[in-house]
Amino acid sequence: MSDKYKVLYYVNQFFGQIGGEEKAGMEPVFKNEKIGPAVGFESFLKGNGEVIGTIICGDNYFNEHKNEALSFIMKTVKEVKPDIVVTGPAFNAGRYGMACGVIAKTIVEELDIPAVTGMYIENPGVDTCKDKVIVVSTPDSAAGMRKALPVMAAITDKLMKGEELGLPEEEGYIPQGKRLTVFSDKRGSQRAVEMLIARLKGEGFKTELPMPEFDKVEPAPPIKDLSKATIALVTSGGIVPKGNPDRIQSASAQKWGKYDITALDKLEADYCTIHGGYDPVYANEKPDRIVPLDILRQYEKEGIIGKVSQYFYTTTGTGTSVGNSIKFGKEIGAELKADGVDGVILTST
Amino acid sequence: MVKEIERYGIPIVHMATIITISQSVGANRIVPTVAIPHPVGNPSLSAEGEHELRKSLVDKALKALTTEVSGITIFD
Repeated sequence: MSDKYKVLYYVNQFFGQIGGEEKAGMEPVFKNEKIGPAVGFESFLKGNGEVIGTIICGDNYFNEHKNEALSFIMKTVKEVKPDIVVTGPAFNAGRYGMACGVIAKTIVEELDIPAVTGMYIENPGVDTCKDKVIVVSTPDSAAGMRKALPVMAAITDKLMKGEELGLPEEEGYIPQGKRLTVFSDKRGSQRAVEMLIARLKGEGFKTELPMPEFDKVEPAPPIKDLSKATIALVTSGGIVPKGNPDRIQSASAQKWGKYDITALDKLEADYCTIHGGYDPVYANEKPDRIVPLDILRQYEKEGIIGKVSQYFYTTTGTGTSVGNSIKFGKEIGAELKADGVDGVILTST
Repeated sequence: MVKEIERYGIPIVHMATIITISQSVGANRIVPTVAIPHPVGNPSLSAEGEHELRKSLVDKALKALTTEVSGITIFD
């Protein structure tokens, strides 16, 4: 028996070296070997721990069959009995981040086994788990693998040795929203006044208690009379006219496009998707599967809705920064408002 | 994008497959969809079956747009 602690690793189909997007539908499998990032990760444990196996699951499969995938993963964890579970890093990949986050959190909550993952701060997976799981803050793309793995390994090692982790910014993980009591040589009133003075002088200061950011939008009032309403279609699924005239990026979009659909009853072969990261076959076969113009046009003819707005708006969702998404939303919203649109259907892939 | 458009006071429904993302971002009206590569379609169905499916999803979206909500609401 080795006295090394046992790490179980989770990766998606890509990092599991099974394949790209065409394998995103694969069911989870367990392999009792180190695969992909698990190899590098283990080397940073400096011989204190070993990766005893890797679970690989397709990103689409996990997100579309969460219960089935989780039940397989939980069963495997119970059989393999690791001391700690490591997932990812997922960088800024949304589906992978959701999988890494949900799996890690479920293991912590249900089995009381600690878990470590790594994500870019804007990954939607961060919010699924950061209160229970140590989420190492990583760069936004896999080019940051070399930066992420040593940090994830160092934190894993500390947790396994029972050492207390330092503050998030010192250790390199995303704050969990916990408060700690620490001793200070100055009393609170003095520190507060010093911060105030620094602020008045225009110098930098650092709050001891950052306020949580609540960014909720009040729901807009519902449409009263659908039969008089103008409905607009918007998508983050990357549907564009063939040839992509505005050259919208297939990932990490820098812009959006709008296309006149007045003359169309449905989206056909002259439209396609340029969105990276999902299998485009189904969308290209029938773009209405992403932007349901056919049904909306039918409802317009039947008088169920007033009319379909002149343009549909489109961009790519994958890897697109929160900053750009806000900008696109503001710009598109201003146009919709000016066009007198009464309601919007936004589809995402 | 959903939130920024709604800030103009226009009701908006988010049709998405990974609704946990939609919820964590804070979309107020959400309709769960079929699958990531074909949210409002299903290539394994017949043409008519798929048309009916898409119709029922759009119906849910229109129902969402005509319903008063006070926070994140899923229309399934």
